[in-house]
Amino acid sequence: MTDLTRLTAVETREAITSGQASAVEVAQAHLDRIAAVDDRVHAFLHVDADGALAQAKRVDAGEITGPLAGVPLALKDVMTMEGIPTTCGSRILEGWRPPYDATVTARLKAAGVVILGKTNMDEFAMGSSTEHSAYGPTRNPWDLDRIPGGSGGGSSAALASYQAPLAIGTDTGGSIRQPASVTGTVGVKPTYGGVSRYGLVAFSSSLDQAGPCARTVLDAALLHEVIAGHDPRDSTSIDAPVPPVVDAARLRDVTGLRIGVVKELQGDGYEAGVTARFEEAVETLRGLGATVSEVSCPHFDYALPAYYLIAPSEASSNLARFDAVRYGLRVGDDGVASLEEVMAKTRAVGFGAEVKRRIILGTYALSSGYYDAYYGQAQKVRTLITRDFQAAWSQVDVLVAPTCPTVAFPLGAKLEDPLAMYKQDICSIPANLYGGPAASFPAGLSDGLPVGLQVMAPTLREDLLYQVGGALEAALPAQAPTLSWES
Amino acid sequence: MSYEKDLEEFEPVIGLETHVELGTASKMFCGCATEFGAEPNTQTCPVCLGLPGSLPVVNAKSIESAIRIGLALHCDIATWCRFARKNYFYPDMPKNFQTSQYDEPLCTDGYLDVDVDGSVVRVPIERVHLEEDTGKTLHVGGATGRIHGATHSLVDYNRAGIPLVEIVTKPVVGTGVKAAAVAKAYVAELRDVLRGLEVSDVRMEQGSLRCDVNTSLNRPGEPWGTRTETKNVNSLRSVERAVRSEVERQAALLRSGGRITQETRHFHEDTGTTSPGRSKEEATDYRYFPEPDLVPVAPDPAWVKELKEALPEAPSVARKRLVGRLGLSDLDAAAMVNAGVLDLVLATTQAGAPAAEARNWWLGHLAQSANAAGVEAGELAITPAQVARVVELVAAGDLTAGLAKQVVDGVLAGEGSPDDVIAARGLAVVKDEGALTAAVEAALAADPDAAEKVRGGKVAAVGALVGRVMKETRGQADAAAVRVLLLDKLGVSD
Repeated sequence: MTDLTRLTAVETREAITSGQASAVEVAQAHLDRIAAVDDRVHAFLHVDADGALAQAKRVDAGEITGPLAGVPLALKDVMTMEGIPTTCGSRILEGWRPPYDATVTARLKAAGVVILGKTNMDEFAMGSSTEHSAYGPTRNPWDLDRIPGGSGGGSSAALASYQAPLAIGTDTGGSIRQPASVTGTVGVKPTYGGVSRYGLVAFSSSLDQAGPCARTVLDAALLHEVIAGHDPRDSTSIDAPVPPVVDAARLRDVTGLRIGVVKELQGDGYEAGVTARFEEAVETLRGLGATVSEVSCPHFDYALPAYYLIAPSEASSNLARFDAVRYGLRVGDDGVASLEEVMAKTRAVGFGAEVKRRIILGTYALSSGYYDAYYGQAQKVRTLITRDFQAAWSQVDVLVAPTCPTVAFPLGAKLEDPLAMYKQDICSIPANLYGGPAASFPAGLSDGLPVGLQVMAPTLREDLLYQVGGALEAALPAQAPTLSWES
Repeated sequence: MSYEKDLEEFEPVIGLETHVELGTASKMFCGCATEFGAEPNTQTCPVCLGLPGSLPVVNAKSIESAIRIGLALHCDIATWCRFARKNYFYPDMPKNFQTSQYDEPLCTDGYLDVDVDGSVVRVPIERVHLEEDTGKTLHVGGATGRIHGATHSLVDYNRAGIPLVEIVTKPVVGTGVKAAAVAKAYVAELRDVLRGLEVSDVRMEQGSLRCDVNTSLNRPGEPWGTRTETKNVNSLRSVERAVRSEVERQAALLRSGGRITQETRHFHEDTGTTSPGRSKEEATDYRYFPEPDLVPVAPDPAWVKELKEALPEAPSVARKRLVGRLGLSDLDAAAMVNAGVLDLVLATTQAGAPAAEARNWWLGHLAQSANAAGVEAGELAITPAQVARVVELVAAGDLTAGLAKQVVDGVLAGEGSPDDVIAARGLAVVKDEGALTAAVEAALAADPDAAEKVRGGKVAAVGALVGRVMKETRGQADAAAVRVLLLDKLGVSD
């Protein structure tokens, strides 16, 4: 019998509907796989075996049907799931079991998706390596001494190590795309407002966006269709039809598509191997019938500094609620300490260094007398970046760039240098500031490590991402990690 | 009373910030109920508890109510505005920020005309904006109920997220000695406007209408003084007292060469004075920024126009119309406005009483009763309908004026309706002619001197005889009828 963990989501569903395997067998195979390898990968923070098997039974009983019914999934620990621990990779939420499902979680359950558990992440999604998780780092299945990307390294590593065929990520500055890039998987950040944020524990409200992660483009599209669409619980959710992403993923044709290579997202600071694979991928697309030109987006150079004012500012406010009063960690409540002392002690112990750094940064940027110079100015840059995108759309249909300037780096390599870590997201941040959709697709290997091609599209044109991704996937040689550490 | 003297020397500038809890069925950003007095923490959900991941969705009714308030206060309505986060740590605020409005309020630049001593004072309105209420913290174990000295605190989040409209006046200048009266009249008029709009139950004692009063003093010709903000002013009477108290305190301090500190002060109902709260100099930096979880509010001008056209008649206009129809004079109207009884008088006339009678009750015996009890006339335990019933009984001759007061006092004392009180106290007028005739005979026999004087033309002497009859009948006879009866017997006419 085939190894059920090696199947794509589409193949898994076919196996279930053809009677080749039951949903319970599929779920059990993945739970066994997690038990076998996750002590080395550390993709999961919590495995919900009982819940997964119960959901699989419902699928086997025919209670739920649909293209992803019975397909296992790994849920990033930033998304609430009723009764299941949600920590966001932080000590401060230790022990909290949310009393409600995120809209994404509810939609997954309704579609018959089997949620295996919650995946590791940089604390509150702040980081690019998953090393900022309070529960220890996740390792890259391509090389266990390297990072799996971040913040959604748990989700990307779960996919690359065959612990799940599908995963949910969230992307504030690249947390879906950069992990996809460095693990050779597919990650899509939908249009801001395309997928409900209700139940997504906020890092930066105006930038956060949940999206699908998978090993194939079509799998990602199928997952996209399940989670996307208007949600009245999220005011910023867009009330418009979901773009035809599944059809686009199946199209595998880019004839006549106008592709713009972003001039500002290449050159110095980009690893030679990354540049080589990127250029090769672009040439492949040209060979498939797309037209390619270079497009200048002059304000992209200011995207990183603007992002590091806007995101920490919003985070400083969003993370204020973690105060030991209602849930989660409480430190120093000895009956003598004042409320303020307990709040301060809890936050001192409960938050890691990176989270504190950003809270301080954001608090400062919003302070009276500094607001205009920092937060206000950053918002203006955001507008200019949006204009760069809009100007580009008059010339091309999509923009492309490397997803990340490097391949996966060794654990610890950038831990002492926050700025170097921040630069991991230099290519991914512009799309967050603009709000349009962007994705990372596998584009080959550099010294045995994956490189990602990033595609950016106009708002609500996710179909263009899947069109490019599907065509590229069909044209490039298949790649898979050797998982040599397993033997 | 140094207040009047203080305001001969200093010019007051006052400002009022009023918070109104809207009477929407559900909260500002979630579907939770808003009922007052429910068991603690039973009207909560992930959104109003600020649980991680939850998001707000604006209650459309609250926007409509805020716009209607703005329109009733003659404000401009923004065509586009945003909510903002006001960041500070406090356990009764689940997110440790309050979703409010900052530099883009929904309504701006209006006014409210208020009637003080027969003249109209225009109070300019700076802004009307929407925000969410906080929870309520109960500090346990201390002597004062304040956080200082408490051993622990309990928080009830039922109130958290109830829509709140904040109405801020511009500085009100030139009121002189009327400053305190203007402040009170403004809050009273605002309350009536809000009640007319049916947007809130405006109960100051339950906190659905709350008021902060800013006060400063300056000598004529000098720049405005440093202001203080008095919080916790929870009745109309307190609004007036708070201004008086701050004027007297600040004047004394200025006169002695002292400096006013810009600070928040707490008003104490028991003493009528204020005490310092937190100083503005050490005030929190609220780090306002636009609320990213909400989309901007952009009311359709056509809809705003519809709301404007559908506004109810302003209370002041309605009053003027009714006062005219009832034949009351402007002076009467002014006196009733000042005493805060005009609406009560109007309601009493609607319940069937003649205007003059209604006016006499509310400006007379009931005003005195309210004053003696230290409450507003509207807070007395008698309804306009009950007053109208008493008037009706007097007109029918079932009660005398004296008995009527006793009946009203019984109602005020909680003894039930006027008819209940009459039955319980046995206050019905003696109409038994036989009993009355006997009492008259007895009085004439007991005081032949008085009877002689009356016969001799000194009609006023009949008073002594009337008194005897009234005493005999324990006040249950109709004094006028007794007088006629006595004069008849004595063969004298008026």
